[in-house]
Amino acid sequence: MISAITFYLFSAITLLSAIMVITAKNPVHSVLFLILAFFNAAGLFVLLGAEFIAMILVIVYVGAVAVLFLFVVMMLDISFGDLRKGAMQYVPVGLLAGGILLFELISVFAVWQFAKSSETNIASPTPDPKEITNTEALGQILYTDYVFAFQVSGLILLVAMIGAIVLTHRKRPGVRKQNVADQQARTQSDAMEIQKVTPGTGI
Amino acid sequence: MNEFWLELWNAYGMQTVYMLTHIGILIGVILGAVAYYTLLERKVMGAMQRRQGPMTVGPWGLLQPIADGVKLLSKETIIPAQANGPVFVIAPMLTFTLALIAWAVIPVNAQLVLADINVGILYLFAVSSMGVYGVIMAGWASNSKYAFLGGLRSASQMVSYEVSMGLVIVCVLLCVGSLNLTEIVTVERPIWVQIMLFPMLIVFLVSILAETNRAPFDLPEGESEITGGFMVEYSAMTFALFFLGEYANMILMSAMTVLLFLGGWLPPFGIEALAIVPGIVWFALKTLLIMFFFVWTRATFPRYRYDQLMRLGWKVFLPFTLLWVVVVSGSLIYFDALPSKEKAPVVQESTLIDKVAE
Repeated sequence: MISAITFYLFSAITLLSAIMVITAKNPVHSVLFLILAFFNAAGLFVLLGAEFIAMILVIVYVGAVAVLFLFVVMMLDISFGDLRKGAMQYVPVGLLAGGILLFELISVFAVWQFAKSSETNIASPTPDPKEITNTEALGQILYTDYVFAFQVSGLILLVAMIGAIVLTHRKRPGVRKQNVADQQARTQSDAMEIQKVTPGTGI
Repeated sequence: MNEFWLELWNAYGMQTVYMLTHIGILIGVILGAVAYYTLLERKVMGAMQRRQGPMTVGPWGLLQPIADGVKLLSKETIIPAQANGPVFVIAPMLTFTLALIAWAVIPVNAQLVLADINVGILYLFAVSSMGVYGVIMAGWASNSKYAFLGGLRSASQMVSYEVSMGLVIVCVLLCVGSLNLTEIVTVERPIWVQIMLFPMLIVFLVSILAETNRAPFDLPEGESEITGGFMVEYSAMTFALFFLGEYANMILMSAMTVLLFLGGWLPPFGIEALAIVPGIVWFALKTLLIMFFFVWTRATFPRYRYDQLMRLGWKVFLPFTLLWVVVVSGSLIYFDALPSKEKAPVVQESTLIDKVAE
């Protein structure tokens, strides 16, 4: 019963904050609500017994991705009125994307529900949670069973990252940079000179 | 209806009461520690600078934290007219709450932990990585350029150092083979593993300074350039919550270092004779050692320049910790010293079989 109450609490907050993400007037508030939604989704994962995914969701999305997101949105100088003017024209596209996602989710769950034979076809069946923690189970699948696919996806991400850097990096002329090695190599003798000054003569 | 309540009480009531007492004691101890940490800091820094520190309130200034608390409580909370009200007020609360909830998974003694969860270390890491929001929200909601600059500095600093902190934790986890904090402490580490982890301890100590925005990495509040950083607009209790949160975070990070590297509640250097002293005392003493380190560095080092801070994080610590992950995992494989996974499941299996037999 307690788990049911917490489930409804988490999912209600997730849904409400998801709605607030798209209705909030201030973009920064939108991002903050997005973070709240992430956090409550992590709570739902904990309820499902997937504590590893829950923590990773908080560490990666809340702790890193959303910080950078918030960073960018905070620095944008946008008038909130102009931003909302053209919003209605994107409604059909948004509905289409949402509809496709909903359809896909429904078909996935429907297969689980109606085609019982699908369970025998699962390549890596869910192990018994009593024997193995879900961290170990995920590690087995990612790093042992499907290590090749995992490495390939890692490489694709690396290529995407290097691509983004190459495309956006530009050399700016006239920027003064400090060479740390040079600075460390400075000694007292080439940085200063001690002179004896006799009174009344100057240097 | 009566039966329903009785059932509810039997199922959850006792546990809830026990938990609430545990939480109450924990929070009381932490807040007391935070209050006296501020005094310790002033006294230690005083001693290092040949001063006496606070001496007026109470004997040797021992009541100073209480006087400070009463002063902050009785001041007026000012919310700037141009500030974003709700976010402005939520930010300090968030900082303080996050500093407290992390203690739920910290084992202060064998078996003495509020929630002994499987992924304890990840929970700690997640909570500490959320700490940045209090600062960013405060910086943005204050609607002041100094506060905003402080918030931006803090956000980039914390995100940068979290990466190397994560890799340091990975190194320790490789040697331990569990994400559970109790197991991280109790799993035995051979002497060469401890020597191999020593550089990671140094990296971790520097990273927690940056993560808690402490000197020499206290640029988010750098009073000489941005007057007080993200808390410039805060006063009275809202300020006090940031202040308490910062010190609670320092104590938390000290406890985390103790759990990861210094053997938690176990007696130091594995000396059996010292086990007569309760584990909780060892835990407190070790935590105090790291807390002293925080104060020590603050009194010793001048503040870093911002580009130096970023260079240290991204160009020194990140490559080094990444290399060290490879070194640690490679030598664990080579010396066949990977923490054996067989032990735990075997015990479980036998109990399962016993149950079936019964």
